[in-house]
Amino acid sequence: MRLSRFRGDDAFKLVAAALAASVLVILLLMGYTLLRSSVPVLERFGLYFFTGTKWNSAAGHEIYGALPYMLGTLVTSAIALIIGVPISLGIAIFLSEMSPRRIRIPISNLVELLAAVPSVIYGLWGFFVFRFFLADYIEAPLSAYLGWIPVFSGPVLGVDVLAAGCILSIMIIPTVSSVSREVISAVPNSVREGAYSIGATRWEVTRNWVLSYARSGLFGAVILGLGRAVGETIAVSMVIGNAVGPQALPTSLLKPGQTMSSLILNLFFEATPGTYEFSAILGVGLFLMILAFSINILARLMVTRVLKVKGGAVE
Amino acid sequence: MDRYTVRRLKDRLFTLLGAACVVIAVIPLGSILLEVIVKGAPALSWAFLTTSSLPSPTSPGGIGPAIQGTLVMVGLTSLFGIPIGVMSGIYLAEYGNNRYADAMRLFSDVLTEFPSIIAGITIYLVFVLVFGYSPLAGALALSFILIPIVSRTTEESIKLVPNSIREGSSALGIRKWRATVSIVLRAARSGLITGSLLAVARVAGETAPLLFTAFGDTYYLHSLNGPAGSLTMYIFTDWKQPYSGYQQAAWGAALVLILIVLAINIAVRLASWERRMGRR
Repeated sequence: MRLSRFRGDDAFKLVAAALAASVLVILLLMGYTLLRSSVPVLERFGLYFFTGTKWNSAAGHEIYGALPYMLGTLVTSAIALIIGVPISLGIAIFLSEMSPRRIRIPISNLVELLAAVPSVIYGLWGFFVFRFFLADYIEAPLSAYLGWIPVFSGPVLGVDVLAAGCILSIMIIPTVSSVSREVISAVPNSVREGAYSIGATRWEVTRNWVLSYARSGLFGAVILGLGRAVGETIAVSMVIGNAVGPQALPTSLLKPGQTMSSLILNLFFEATPGTYEFSAILGVGLFLMILAFSINILARLMVTRVLKVKGGAVE
Repeated sequence: MDRYTVRRLKDRLFTLLGAACVVIAVIPLGSILLEVIVKGAPALSWAFLTTSSLPSPTSPGGIGPAIQGTLVMVGLTSLFGIPIGVMSGIYLAEYGNNRYADAMRLFSDVLTEFPSIIAGITIYLVFVLVFGYSPLAGALALSFILIPIVSRTTEESIKLVPNSIREGSSALGIRKWRATVSIVLRAARSGLITGSLLAVARVAGETAPLLFTAFGDTYYLHSLNGPAGSLTMYIFTDWKQPYSGYQQAAWGAALVLILIVLAINIAVRLASWERRMGRR
């Protein structure tokens, strides 16, 4: 082997390998800068930052607790999953097991177009269009009949925790349904054939064999949707009402709330770099990053494990 | 009814439920498109698309600088991001049978779904605090989102290139890197183009990372220093003004944005669909 040939190939491989590490560099950079910037607030307020509800930047009365926003993220994402996951699974099952073969690709493309709509447009639509539907047809009856339960009390405005959860549920549908569909189509056909051969109907095959075979991958798809819901910023900030402090605790679906990401967006430009408030906002960013990182790693590991079986068993 | 009929009915019922789920998901899509067209179309005019005049309570002004900013920043992002993403994808596809590549693949996937606001804050802290707001900072933040997407789509499309092509070029004595760049990449080109286009459409719709890095502006850009506007930030600053002119401007900008993004998406999907049909 000539030396020059060896060098050219080696150099190319080395450069490509180095550039492949760019994703790791980006993640490390994000983690390091956020950690470094949130150290002051963590040192000064310690545990209160995790468990406290007050948020006050007035000099002398400074105190920062991030609990309401963590709960806000949790509650809005939970609503998104409760509404979005059954619909997404329904779509995935329908498209991979039940619908005529001809309409599968067009319909799944149509559903995936939901992922192409920019989030600022979801926010615009949520605030000017969806909000009135939500207030008139869902929140008004909820508050009239169930308003005595604290969770359903509050003004019927359509700009609140429930609105954010509903918009998020629409936004996670394309992610959850397309990954679920992929996972379900990775189930080996022998599983289906075996089930049909003992006389099961299509739904029974799907429910008792296909879904249980694909279970862990479907769980991964749901977690992936959770990751999307947790990180969404713009659309949420436009419909959630943006409360700050103890007011922001998501005690009712009909009250304005705040998530971690919308808090960052709303307060970032009011804070001066170097102050405790700035550090507190970045501390919330650090939580958000850790949460998103763990959710996505978990989801990917579960989904890839299932899809790998396809490579080994079927093809 | 005997048990068999019940089971048949149950089967029908769940098929219908599945179809209903599709309908439920498509309704918001239809409603969004309809509203954006109905509310945005009245704002459209040559002046709206090209001038930098501010909205007034009654008229929508112009979004020329926003369109320019979006094009400039998305262009710069592609310039930084696509070469890095493609090289990284080449590594993952051609040399990626090891644990290092597995880890990078996982990190790419994680970064693809990462909250985009984090990219914005990070660039604010490491770049904007030193150099100030600029379209360059905006493009850097956007490339954090673009690189992992391009990397994974490049990998997928290179893996589809049949091995016989690699073996053939190797038999002709072509060095592996030459073969990869000029033969394998060429064979994978349609996948590369569609992947990059989808990534571009995705970053063109991003708002949060740009607010922290390009900040937004209502004047045309003349240099790469100082704040820059974009369609997404334009919508985000105008929508909450209580005047119909501002709201009309926001919907008009939304219409232009969604036309760009959906046009790319639909074109890419139709092209890949036709290819699949053609292969059959």
